[in-house]
Amino acid sequence: MTNKRKLAVTGGRVIDPGQGIDKTADVLIVDGKIEDIVDAGGSYADYEIIDATGKVVTPGFVDLHTHLREPGQEWKETIATGTQAAAQGGFTTVCAMPNTDPVQDSASVIEDVLRKANSEGAVRVLTIGAITVGQQGKQLSPMGELADAGVIGFSDDGNPVNDANLMRQALAYSVDLGLPIINHAEDKKIRGNGVMAAGEVATRLGLAGAPAEAETAMVARDLHLADLTGAQLHVPHISTIGSLVALRSAKECGVNVTAEVTPHHITLSDRWVYGERGDVPEVVGLDAYDTNTKVNPPLRNVSDRDAMVEGLAEGLIDIIRPTTRPTLRPTKYVLMTRRHMGSTFSRLRLRKSLRTRPETSSD
Amino acid sequence: MTTTVTPSTESGIASTRKNLIDIDDLTREEILEILDSAEGMLEIASRDVRKTPALRGKTIITMFFENSTRTRVSFEQAGKILGADVINVTASASSVSKGESLLNTVKTLQAMQVDALVVRHPHSGAPYFIAKHADAAVVNAGDGTHAHPTQSLLDLFTVHQHVGDLAGKKVALAGDILYSRVARSDIHAFQKLGAEVSIACPNTLLPNEWKPGTRLDESSGFGGVNIAKSVDEAVDGADVVMALRIQKERQDAGHLPSMREYSDRWGINSKRMALANSDALLMHPGPMNEGVEISTDVAHGAQSVVEEQVMNGVAVRMAVLYTLCAPGRSSRLNGSSDEVA
Repeated sequence: MTNKRKLAVTGGRVIDPGQGIDKTADVLIVDGKIEDIVDAGGSYADYEIIDATGKVVTPGFVDLHTHLREPGQEWKETIATGTQAAAQGGFTTVCAMPNTDPVQDSASVIEDVLRKANSEGAVRVLTIGAITVGQQGKQLSPMGELADAGVIGFSDDGNPVNDANLMRQALAYSVDLGLPIINHAEDKKIRGNGVMAAGEVATRLGLAGAPAEAETAMVARDLHLADLTGAQLHVPHISTIGSLVALRSAKECGVNVTAEVTPHHITLSDRWVYGERGDVPEVVGLDAYDTNTKVNPPLRNVSDRDAMVEGLAEGLIDIIRPTTRPTLRPTKYVLMTRRHMGSTFSRLRLRKSLRTRPETSSD
Repeated sequence: MTTTVTPSTESGIASTRKNLIDIDDLTREEILEILDSAEGMLEIASRDVRKTPALRGKTIITMFFENSTRTRVSFEQAGKILGADVINVTASASSVSKGESLLNTVKTLQAMQVDALVVRHPHSGAPYFIAKHADAAVVNAGDGTHAHPTQSLLDLFTVHQHVGDLAGKKVALAGDILYSRVARSDIHAFQKLGAEVSIACPNTLLPNEWKPGTRLDESSGFGGVNIAKSVDEAVDGADVVMALRIQKERQDAGHLPSMREYSDRWGINSKRMALANSDALLMHPGPMNEGVEISTDVAHGAQSVVEEQVMNGVAVRMAVLYTLCAPGRSSRLNGSSDEVA
């Protein structure tokens, strides 16, 4: 007990929007707790020093949308490994999506996840409960029971609630619980077989394109239903100009809504599928059909991407959130049409996001 | 002739020149060179004894992951006339479903010192994937809804034989553009030889961003294509009319109300052929749905060159295989632009 671990993170740009801090400072930590944030330049004799000069120091990030795969798919990821990966990426809180097996649609599963997280988790784990039983979109899950068990919101993860009336009921029911509903913003019928965004790139490569409207139509519907019910809606991973327009008008009308965007939707576009790092090639080359660019929602057109950056700068979009889908499938040696949707950008996400923001604030 | 590889001014071309994956990869001069070579091949293929030792000792493997009659047979025939050993590999859909097995298949075939891989695959981009992992020349025999370069070369060859220079000629493509690899490659091919291309099809079979009544700009990758509002408009004054196959699945997927309505509004028939130039050629990449996208009378009428297309397919594929595989000629195409210039 006498050997307290004392750590000084010195010379970094300390940013904490919660306290309104943005300055070069030293952060003093004792036994894992921040003791003080002081002007840079002090000397800390009995401290272990981490020199953060030229770097950014922030509170731990929150990952709103995490797949820990436990219970049910432990060969892909576990609560232990998923939270360790999160810690490596600077995330100290993760929100576990409900697409486990069994689905997080009952208090017992939630309690099991939280118990495991408590004993094995490297960071704080919060849970998101399913909107419908088994994420099947047929019947509301016991949302009250889930709320009592500690969920922080409801989502059917990758399954949109297609039945508009059921979505309406879910939103209405959630009002009493004071928890947000997160609905996968995609009309899968409109998307069809799309493996990338519809547009010039998809047409040229002969790949089935998903129109932006597959997202926009669902976002617009949900915003109207949130308005109708007065519920709190969180729109995940928006990526289209249309979604942004709908979001702006909803916020102006006082709809209780928040929205998020992924790092790759503010940095990359469908042109990256050419494998030319965003350039349009004269001739399609062997690096085209880059399967690393296959994500859902798909990387959109350049104009959509630019609009996301503006939406973020404007404050219309509230959150940048990473996206990873732990999987064992090799992604390098499969075809574009066969590869599972999912981002492999996890290690890059923070750097990418930070690099984009200054460009927008400069104009 | 020098076999020195001359780096092309266009980036990326030199590295893909050992393969024929899409027409956009070739210059006008290279296309003309292949057509020129096909002329000689047609003569060989028409002989009583159809056999030359040009590719003796070479091994060509055709890998067809999708059903095909004419393309597969014509590649096989082309290789055999040239004296190559041709091995046909067909893969059931199930074995392709794991991408890794495609890679392993390629690596296995590669280990057998194959000279050329002729690939037909239901997924767009598969030949790029294979070319990346194989040393052998890769010839795209049709990939998904992306490209079918030898089809468009044989289409060019057929038209070239009838009209000579294609510059300024008007070509109309009617049919399923959205899902057609033939349309994509034909647009590139005809445009490279200076023809003016118009397309016509229901809006549901057009890429979202292509609008009837407009001309595509360069950023589309198909700059200059005129998107007609009706098939009549596209065919009007055309020198070449190409009907593209309509698949029944398009109706099932909601793209079309019925085959009957399609035939009525978009099909090529004698009434529509009358709008084209009097000596216009009627083409179809096959297999035809007679009575749907093309009426029986014109399909077998005086203007139809559909059967010539099939025969020319063998000659063009001989030219392609010879160009990519012949001893000492593997890098021939690399220097061709300079020679012609």
